[in-house]
Amino acid sequence: MQYEIINTGGSPAFEDSHDLLTQGQAKASTLVIVGNQAGLAFRQLSQPQRYTLILIELGLECLGTHTGESRGQEGSQILGFSRFRLGEAPSTNLVELVRQPQSVESAILTAKALLEAKGLQVSVCADFAGRILNRLIRPYYNGALTRLDEGLASADDLDMTLKLGLGYPEGPITLLERTGLQHHFKATQALFEAYGQSAYAPARRARVAYERAQFASLSASEGPPKKGQS
Amino acid sequence: MHSIKTVGVAGSGTMGAGIAIVAARAGYKTIVFDRDQSALDRARQQTQGFFAKSVERKKLTQEKVDRILNGLTSTTRLEDMAQCDIVIEAVFENLKVKHDIFAQLNSVCPPQTLFASNTSTLSITEIAAGSGRDENFVGMHFCLPAQLMKLVEMSPGLRTRTETFDAAWEFCLALGQIPVKTKDNPGFILNYFLVPFNNDAIRLVEAGVAEPADIDRAIKSALGYPMGPLELLDLVGLDTHWLVAEALYSSTHEPRAAAPALVKRMIAAGQLGRKTGQGFYSYKTNAMFGG
Repeated sequence: MQYEIINTGGSPAFEDSHDLLTQGQAKASTLVIVGNQAGLAFRQLSQPQRYTLILIELGLECLGTHTGESRGQEGSQILGFSRFRLGEAPSTNLVELVRQPQSVESAILTAKALLEAKGLQVSVCADFAGRILNRLIRPYYNGALTRLDEGLASADDLDMTLKLGLGYPEGPITLLERTGLQHHFKATQALFEAYGQSAYAPARRARVAYERAQFASLSASEGPPKKGQS
Repeated sequence: MHSIKTVGVAGSGTMGAGIAIVAARAGYKTIVFDRDQSALDRARQQTQGFFAKSVERKKLTQEKVDRILNGLTSTTRLEDMAQCDIVIEAVFENLKVKHDIFAQLNSVCPPQTLFASNTSTLSITEIAAGSGRDENFVGMHFCLPAQLMKLVEMSPGLRTRTETFDAAWEFCLALGQIPVKTKDNPGFILNYFLVPFNNDAIRLVEAGVAEPADIDRAIKSALGYPMGPLELLDLVGLDTHWLVAEALYSSTHEPRAAAPALVKRMIAAGQLGRKTGQGFYSYKTNAMFGG
């Protein structure tokens, strides 16, 4: 399947060497826009209507931020997509393909086929903050961190119980340590702002990790204290 | 040390049948009690199917399976439970129902018989309080499907004797299971996390965020979970999930613990999951999971 690609750089989930980014061609009817400025690049397109499918890589934002929305009737050949990645862990092969109420069905099928041809698995979802995965896992991670704080089980017992009892490959505490608690803070804070539900409110341990990461980044940019500074 | 030779299982639903397989497979004489003969027959058929698959997959020999099945009997007469050294209750998640069955068992079982509840959400202390032997009572929560999962959440009630808990712990190890001690808190560890998580997945379906297959695929592919939440709910049964969620919600009052309205509608429509052939997915058979 032929497609054009615009890579704005800094994709949150794709290496520049990924097949999706390297195999684009000129003059195709499908356009894939990746990178941390993908939405901006889309909004600056002069003739989006010349494509039968446009795929925009999303961060935490909704697709509607770039396409606009209208009375629940929005939707066209423009879709969003996000390859799931937990903090510092490698990207997974799962792509959430974001549609709107009136999205063109043939565009969805084409997008699925294109992404699957690149070895990715696709779950189609509507254009809501957190989509599928963050909506489900952030409250679970917040609960595990809170339960740990309350001393109801040790970190090891919590992890072991959830691994053995539910067949999860990794317990939540180990997983959050491995992927970076500060990243969980940012994801769940965004959902808390979007929905205002307490389940998304960042757990204390996530906030502490985020604040410490901020200190570390500040210290790195300022360098060591100079003589005479307090 | 309490010597356990005969195991009783009260209730022949999904959990009861699975626990009976675990006990019989470990070499214990096992008696399953249920007032409903058709439920016992269904469980027996599923158990035979499970062991047939075990032979097919060369996990057990036919000879061993024959021995196991000879040691696994069922009854509709409560009096037959009098010979049990431990009775594990696996009936509906309803305190009154559990109190009723334990009160009856208390009248037929000798005083040294250990009582255990497989409750996943109710308080062990509260169930024990209606059992007539709260010092000889322990929580043993097996995971679904019990015949495949090793973990057992073991919880003492407030009045459970140390010797009772230790005997149940040793028995759990002898079953080949892995016990984890948890406090007598609503949902223990597993359901405290699992029930709200599954409810959240149902709410995504309810709100039209994604289809069940897309949700399950995302969870399995991105997180490596063995089953998606909606597949798991179909296995558990929507009616059972409703009871568990309501029990957890009534104990915690956490909004995510409350079962979404869609669950009630699916129950009303007879869409309980695998056991009725229709839940979030359609099924052609009601064969027991694994083998």
